Amino acid sequence: MMSFLNPKRWFYTLGKKRFFEFLFLVLFLLFFYGPLLYTFLLAFANKYEFPNIIPAEFGFKWWGYVLSQPTLVRSIGLSFLFAFATIFVSMIICLPAAYVLARFNFPGRKAVMFSFLLGNAFPKIGIYTSMAIVFYRINLMGTFTGVLLIHLIECMMMMIWLPASAFKNVPVQQEEAARDAGAGPLRTFWYITLPNAWPGIAVAALFAFIGSLGENTGTLLVGLPYYRTMPVEMYGVILDYPSTAGAVFSLILIAPNLLLLLLFRKYVGGETLARGYKMG
Amino acid sequence: MDKPTKLEIRNMTKLYKNGDGVRNINLSVSLGELVTLLGPSGCGKTTILRTVGGFLQCDSGKILIDGQDISQLPPEKRPTAMVFQSYNLWPHMTVYENMAFGLKLRRISKQEISERITRMLDLVKMAGFEKKYPNQMSGGQQQRIAIARSLLLEPQVLLLDEPFSALDAKIRSQMREELRKIQTDLAITVVFVTHDQEEAMALSDRIVVMNKGSVEQIGTPGEIYENPATRYIAGFIGEMNFIEQRDGTTVAVRPENVRLELGDATGGDIGGIVRTIMMLGHFYEIAVGTDKGIVKAFASAEEAAQFKHGDLVNCFFDGTYRYQPNSDQTENV
Ligand SMILES: Nc1ncnc2c1ncn2[C@@H]1O[C@H](COP(=O)(O)OP(=O)(O)OP(=O)(O)O)[C@@H](O)[C@H]1O
Ligand SMILES: [Mg+2]
Repeated sequence: MMSFLNPKRWFYTLGKKRFFEFLFLVLFLLFFYGPLLYTFLLAFANKYEFPNIIPAEFGFKWWGYVLSQPTLVRSIGLSFLFAFATIFVSMIICLPAAYVLARFNFPGRKAVMFSFLLGNAFPKIGIYTSMAIVFYRINLMGTFTGVLLIHLIECMMMMIWLPASAFKNVPVQQEEAARDAGAGPLRTFWYITLPNAWPGIAVAALFAFIGSLGENTGTLLVGLPYYRTMPVEMYGVILDYPSTAGAVFSLILIAPNLLLLLLFRKYVGGETLARGYKMG
Repeated sequence: MDKPTKLEIRNMTKLYKNGDGVRNINLSVSLGELVTLLGPSGCGKTTILRTVGGFLQCDSGKILIDGQDISQLPPEKRPTAMVFQSYNLWPHMTVYENMAFGLKLRRISKQEISERITRMLDLVKMAGFEKKYPNQMSGGQQQRIAIARSLLLEPQVLLLDEPFSALDAKIRSQMREELRKIQTDLAITVVFVTHDQEEAMALSDRIVVMNKGSVEQIGTPGEIYENPATRYIAGFIGEMNFIEQRDGTTVAVRPENVRLELGDATGGDIGGIVRTIMMLGHFYEIAVGTDKGIVKAFASAEEAAQFKHGDLVNCFFDGTYRYQPNSDQTENV
C-alpha cells in the first residue's frame, strides 16, 4: 500500500523530466486549491485545534451558527439583490451601447471602447474615493443607488466588450432578412440579434454577477453603514468570529461562483465560454 | 410590352463615400418577368438590388412598384423580399420557425401558417424538413428554404442576389430549373443577380448587362447574344474572336460562325495554321494561329476530322460584328 506513495517509484515510472513536471503540477495545484481545500475542511469541522491539520470532528455545527446570525444572513440576501440588480440594470444600459459600438462605425469608436479599459487601469481605490466625493455632494452615500452605481462601474467593461463582440458575430444579412420579412428595428433586435448573441451576453452577465458578489472596496466605502454585503461582512467576520465560522462564510461566498461556472460548463459548454471571450 | 410594368427604376444613382457605386440606372420590369442583372464582380449588381430592397438609400432617382415611389420606405414597409448570397436563415430557429416568422408578423392564424408552410415546402421539394435547424442542412437545402421563406411573404418583387453561387455546378443548374418553374407557375416578378453569363442566359426573360456601375445593354438573352452592343459585352457573353483591323476598329466573330477550309493560308477572311484541336463534348474547338492572333472555330466531329495539327487553313467568317475603337458603336456586317 505504502509503495503507491513512494516518490522514488514515481520518479522511475514517470522518468526524470515527467517527474519534475508532475511535481510542479502538484505544487501548482496545492498553491491554488490548497487554501480552498483547507477552507472546506474548516467549514465542516465541529472541533478543530490549531496545530492539527485534520479536524478532530466533522459536522455542520458552524453552518448552524453562521445561519443563526441575522446580520450575516441579511448580508447574503443583500449581496444577491445587488448582483441581480447589477445584471439587470447593466444589461439595459450596456447592451444597446454594445450594439451601437458593434454595428456603427462612427468617429471615436475606438476611443470609446478604450475608455472602458481605462477605468480598469487605475487603482480602484482612487476611483472609488473620487466617486465618494461626488456621491457626498449628491447625497448618494449610504444609498442603494450609490452602491449599485459602484457595482455597475465594476462590470461596465465586461458588459460592453463581450456583448459587442457577440453582436458583431451576428451577420448583418440576418438582421436585414428580418427587416425584409416585415420586422421593425426593435423586433429584429429582440427576435434575431439578441438570441444569436446570447451566449456571449450570458458569459458577460455571469462575470458581472460574480464580480458584483465579490465587490467589497467600493461597497464598503459607499454603502456603510446601511448596505453591508457578504464581502463587506467578511472583514468583520475575520476579526470577530472563530476561523471555522469564517470558513463557512467564505464558502457561502464562493459557492454561487462555483455553481454558476459548473452550470455554465454543462449547459453552454467551455467552447462558447471561450468564444464569448473572443474580442471582436 | 403588353404586360403592365411592375418595377421601375428611374434615373437612380447610388454612390458610396469612396466614389464606387451605380450611376443613372434606368430599368423597368413587367409583371411576371425574370430580369437578370449580369456583370463582373464589383460592377454594382448588389448595390442596385439593395436599393430596391430598401437596405440602401439611393442618392437620386426613384424606385417605383406599381407606379408608387417606394424609395423612401424602410425594408419592412416595401413589398419586396430578398434572398441574400449567404447567411440568410436564422440559425437559432428551425426551418418551420424561420418560415413562420414573417407570417406571424402579418398576424396570420396558426392554422393557416402551418398550411402555407407545408404547401411551400412541397413546392421547393423540402417536405419533412420543418424541425431541422439551418446548420443541419446542406448549402443547397438552405438556399431552397431561404427562397421558400421569401416566397411565403408573397412579395410583389422577389430579389435574388446570387442565391446559387455557393452551390456546385450540378445542383446549381437543377436549382435554376426549379426556380424558373416556380417563377412561371406563380407568375412572380423577379430580379436576379449573377456574374455567371451562362446562368443569366439559361434563366432570364431579359438580361441587364452592367459594367463599372452603369447599364451597358438590356435585352433578351437571344438579342444580347446575337447583337452584343459593345465590345465589352461581346467579350463577356459567349465565346468571341476579336481581330484588330489596321484602321483601329475590331472585327468580332463567334467561333460557331468561323468555317475552315484546307488551303494556303492566304485566302478567306484570314489564314493561319492549325494549332490545337480539342474535343468539347459533342463538338470540337479548333484553334488557328494567324498573324492577328489565335482564331477559334467550332466544328462537328466530321468537319474536325479533316484537319490535323500544322495544317494550313483559310478561315471564312459567316457573321461578324465591327466595333469602333473606344466607343460603344457597333456595325453588323
Ligand atoms: N458598403 C460599401 N462601401 C463602399 N463601397 C462599397 C460598399 N459596398 C460595395 N462597394 C463598392 O461598390 C462597388 C459595387 O459593389 P457591389 O457589391 O454592388 O458589386 P457586385 O456587382 O454585387 O459584385 P459581386 O459580384 O462581387 O457581388 C464595388 O466596387 C464595391 O467595392
Ligand atoms: Mg454582389
